[in-house]
Amino acid sequence: MTSLPASPGAKKLGLVIDLDICVGCHACAVNCKEWNAGGHSAPLTDLDPYGKDVDGVWFNRVHSFEAGDHDCGRTVHFPRSCLHCETPDCVTVCPTGASYKRAEDGIVLVNPDTCIGCKLCSWACPYGAREFDETDGVMKKCTLCIDRIYNETMEEVDRVPACVSTCPVSARHFGDLGDPESDVSRLVAARQGYDLMPELGYKPVNKYLPPRMPKRQAAPALMPSEEVAAKGFLAWLDRMLSR
Amino acid sequence: MSFLSPPDRVDLSVKTADEVKTTTCYMCACRCGIKVHLKDGQLRYIEGNRDHPVNKGVLCAKGSAGIMQHNSPARLRKPLLRTGERGSGEFREIEWAEALDLATGWLADIRKTDPRKLAFFTGRDQSQALTGWWASAFGTPNYAAHGGFCSVNMAAAGLYTIGGSFWEFGEPDWEHARYFLMFGVAEDHASNPIKIGLGKLKGRGAKFVSVNPVRTGYSAIADEWIGVKPGTDGMLVLALVHELLKADRIDADYLVRYTNAPWLVVRAPGTAGDGLFARDDKGRPLCWDKRTNAVGDALSAEVSPALAGTYRLADGREAIPSFQLLAERYLDPAYAPEKAAEVTGVSAETIRRIAAELAEVAFSETVTLDVPWTDWAGRRHQTMVGRPVAMHAMRGISAHANGFHTCRAIHMLQTLLGTIDVPGGFRYRPPYPRPAPPAVRPAGKPGQVAPGQAMKGPPLGFTTGPEDLLVEADGTPCRIDKAFSWEAPIAAHGLMHHVIRNAWAGDPYPIDTLFMYMANMSWNSAMNVPETMAMLTDKDSSGAYRIPHIIYSDAYASEMVSYADLVLPDTTYLERWDCVSLLDRPISDADGAADAIRQPVVTPDRDVRAFQDVVLDLGVRLGLPGMVNDDGSARYPGGYSDYLVRHERAPGIGSLAGWRGADGSSDGAGAPNPDQLKRYIDNGCFWQHELAPDQRYFKHANQSYLAYAKSVGFVGSTDPIILQLYVEPMQKFRLAAQGHGPVQPPDRLRARTEKFFDPLPIWYPPFEHETADGFPLSALTQRPMAMYHSWGSQNAWLRQIHGANRIYVGRRLGEREGIADDDWIWIESRLGRVKAQVRLMDGVNDETIWTWNAIGKRSGTWGLAKDAPESQRGFLLNHLIGDVLADGAPNADPVTGQAAWYDLRVRIGKADGPPVSEPQFQSLPRPPGATEPTGLLRYGARFRGRS
Repeated sequence: MTSLPASPGAKKLGLVIDLDICVGCHACAVNCKEWNAGGHSAPLTDLDPYGKDVDGVWFNRVHSFEAGDHDCGRTVHFPRSCLHCETPDCVTVCPTGASYKRAEDGIVLVNPDTCIGCKLCSWACPYGAREFDETDGVMKKCTLCIDRIYNETMEEVDRVPACVSTCPVSARHFGDLGDPESDVSRLVAARQGYDLMPELGYKPVNKYLPPRMPKRQAAPALMPSEEVAAKGFLAWLDRMLSR
Repeated sequence: MSFLSPPDRVDLSVKTADEVKTTTCYMCACRCGIKVHLKDGQLRYIEGNRDHPVNKGVLCAKGSAGIMQHNSPARLRKPLLRTGERGSGEFREIEWAEALDLATGWLADIRKTDPRKLAFFTGRDQSQALTGWWASAFGTPNYAAHGGFCSVNMAAAGLYTIGGSFWEFGEPDWEHARYFLMFGVAEDHASNPIKIGLGKLKGRGAKFVSVNPVRTGYSAIADEWIGVKPGTDGMLVLALVHELLKADRIDADYLVRYTNAPWLVVRAPGTAGDGLFARDDKGRPLCWDKRTNAVGDALSAEVSPALAGTYRLADGREAIPSFQLLAERYLDPAYAPEKAAEVTGVSAETIRRIAAELAEVAFSETVTLDVPWTDWAGRRHQTMVGRPVAMHAMRGISAHANGFHTCRAIHMLQTLLGTIDVPGGFRYRPPYPRPAPPAVRPAGKPGQVAPGQAMKGPPLGFTTGPEDLLVEADGTPCRIDKAFSWEAPIAAHGLMHHVIRNAWAGDPYPIDTLFMYMANMSWNSAMNVPETMAMLTDKDSSGAYRIPHIIYSDAYASEMVSYADLVLPDTTYLERWDCVSLLDRPISDADGAADAIRQPVVTPDRDVRAFQDVVLDLGVRLGLPGMVNDDGSARYPGGYSDYLVRHERAPGIGSLAGWRGADGSSDGAGAPNPDQLKRYIDNGCFWQHELAPDQRYFKHANQSYLAYAKSVGFVGSTDPIILQLYVEPMQKFRLAAQGHGPVQPPDRLRARTEKFFDPLPIWYPPFEHETADGFPLSALTQRPMAMYHSWGSQNAWLRQIHGANRIYVGRRLGEREGIADDDWIWIESRLGRVKAQVRLMDGVNDETIWTWNAIGKRSGTWGLAKDAPESQRGFLLNHLIGDVLADGAPNADPVTGQAAWYDLRVRIGKADGPPVSEPQFQSLPRPPGATEPTGLLRYGARFRGRS
């Protein structure tokens, strides 16, 4: 089986996803697909792409569901990708060392040269974040766009995961969650960001920001104007108004 | 045993592109700036352009899937000539020379004899400045784009009321709004700007209220969802107006300064002047000036106008301020929340609360910007003060037979609160505002169309009364779609949805050639699809097709291709020059005018030509004025890109506003600049003129803005644009219906015209609702954010998100009807029935079912396998929607002719049989020469950067 880094660094790169403003537009999912189709884990194979049973490899998928009762309920759009856990079983179950966690930044990757396609890691991941490429016979997954975030051929402002840079509502944030002073850590603190299924003990690095409480404006009830009540439209008769 | 993983050889700095080219996205109507990364001449990656004013670097799912759109196996490859029966999909490939000769032959004969016999209609086209001009040069009034079945209600209601509109003509003040009210489905226009804006709005803690029968899309993140009954939004809005008037919570100062609320309306029932504005001998509207206690010039800054009272005009007639009519109307208990609750299904308590919230934010949370500005009368103001209530509406309001008035009602609500073009409110996007309505009249009256002649004027425009209608002396419509006739007097965008039926019926006259571009009129762009297909293929007693010729241009093998006699294959959006012009549907935002181009970033690998090039080529072959020199040679030999640079619509005004003047130093207006396209490319393929801070609000009455707008041709004068709460042109049509004036409606339309041409907003039940006994449910479509109309299904990535649509049924309704999740049901309307699979949900109005728009496909089309889920489990509601009502009248808004897609009424019941959607139509063959779709897609494998 595969070991986690013996002395992990302080840096924990990950995503913060704001469920308060995610409209479920799938921009993140498709831009991820587009970038990664030609990226580090290329290709992201699509089987039967124009046929009856189309099925492709996606590193990021958006699930939509409803929560709560009819009128008080809410439609939730929930983007799901690898959480780059601190203690993930998907790494430790790997029989070949192909699935590994980088010590320097915490990113969980798969080495396709040593992956034997046994799928143990996908069974171990409770978040369903691993994607098996049947054609290549290897497991693939979110790389946190490792070929973007350090890429010196790109402008610095572009060195973020594709899903973050494309998100129209700015519901996705990228940064070092190991640094309590980072923007993402502050955001998580301010908005009570949470771990997905913390009881499983994998210590996800990615965080989700919960929907804010709906605004219920405390507006005083409109009182009928005494003048309008008495005079109807003539209430406006005596006003001196200038252009 | 344990492995310590060996370091993966991750190449962290792969150079992903040899070249990055900018252009403009075309995956929807948003028109975002994109950067296309090319590697080895292939598309590696498309991302948003951070500098672009529309999307500021972001890109949606559709734009991000552009690679798959460009490489779609549904792309047409060569001109096609029909060989089998029309509709069979049997074609042979022909050369362009033959195709253009054929088209020229048909069109030249028409032009020589009766130019009206060409009906030229474009679908998702965004080069209407070109195609409309072409139609005028050809001499046919029978031209329009697809606005009549899209959102003409929004455009017309806005342009006649505030001289602007939601849509692409205006936007909420995302930076300052504190309260945002959104009506109906709005996910398919300005989609990235709205998403960017919603993120800002919610981040700032503003309240977002969504009024929509369905809690999908943007409604999902609303602070409050109001699941209104479809088609009743207008009543809800009028009840809000009732509450605000009753509580005297309206902005009377704003009304007096910027609207026609104080203009005097003549009260002389039974006479030809009744309900029109009182005017002086120069035609200027009058008010009652309380300073002088006399009639005054309503446009003068020096009056103190009355908003109520009865006054005597010099000619002895009685007149009252239009505001009084408004207040009388909506203070009536008929608009009380209790009444509205019965209609809308929204509780009176909720309506009262929303009204109170609107008032509270508008009047207690005013936004003040420390920006001095000068108003139209030259008066200096030290600050810009606004009421931070913003609203937005689009298709969900538009696609009802009462949509024009409902949209007017929303603009009235905005105006009464004083929120039009103020900080925190609704903001115009230049070139808007324009005078309400804009001063363009449609051409095509009797005498304006003649063989071999150009038509002097544009085919589309804004009627201001019966004298502007395009009708014969006996009232017969002049246009094949009956736009600007008594059927649809304010049909500002034309009525493409009536063309096929009218052409088939020869009503008002037969045509020869139907020439269409990018309009899937035999499928998801048609109402009553089965009958439409039958009309396209119907023959007369001599065995000839009743619509003799159909020419169709598209880039892809859509359902419509099979109904053409001649197919002209278009390029993809990455292969051509294009223009997003201020003369057309601009990409400006509220802070400045903007336009853009597309440049070819890859070369076609097929024998295809850009439609715009083909149109100009046909113009040369036909010798159309403006397209040829005196010797008959092409005026724009370089094609569309040549035209973009050198064509001038008026001196100094061309397709593109940036870098004009011989040296490129002029903005907005100036002589053609031969290097203009290069300047655009150097700037990321767009141009933007940022307004000065003091020009950014109150544009309708802002001296500095109006002077700028006049200098670049957006408006004809620097006069303030007065918001029209009371729309006088409506009254003119009504007066005609009452028997006044020389241009009279046919008797059968008299009562209808009188009823619906109310100069103040009204609400009435959609026609289909009134006559739909036994069909208790509304059936609607919503717009999936990851798909645009029918385009997405050919896209290998997007179809994995929306591959087959379900019919969504409320859980309570499902229980009542004994319908469970995954059941198959019949959805039945008065026209027929459709079989679909159910998904139960909570967030939907109890009397409404819905599905995603345009996911269902006809088997064999769009490059998909015959058994693709799009055709086997996907479905269209279109089959159930009548283009005409049971009595034969159009299923349309009586004011604008807008197609009333969202008025569909149905009943549902469980269905047996195989799990396949119905109806199924004969599978269509792949066009000859089409690429066989791959069974395995490994796009990007070649780019893999690992060393």
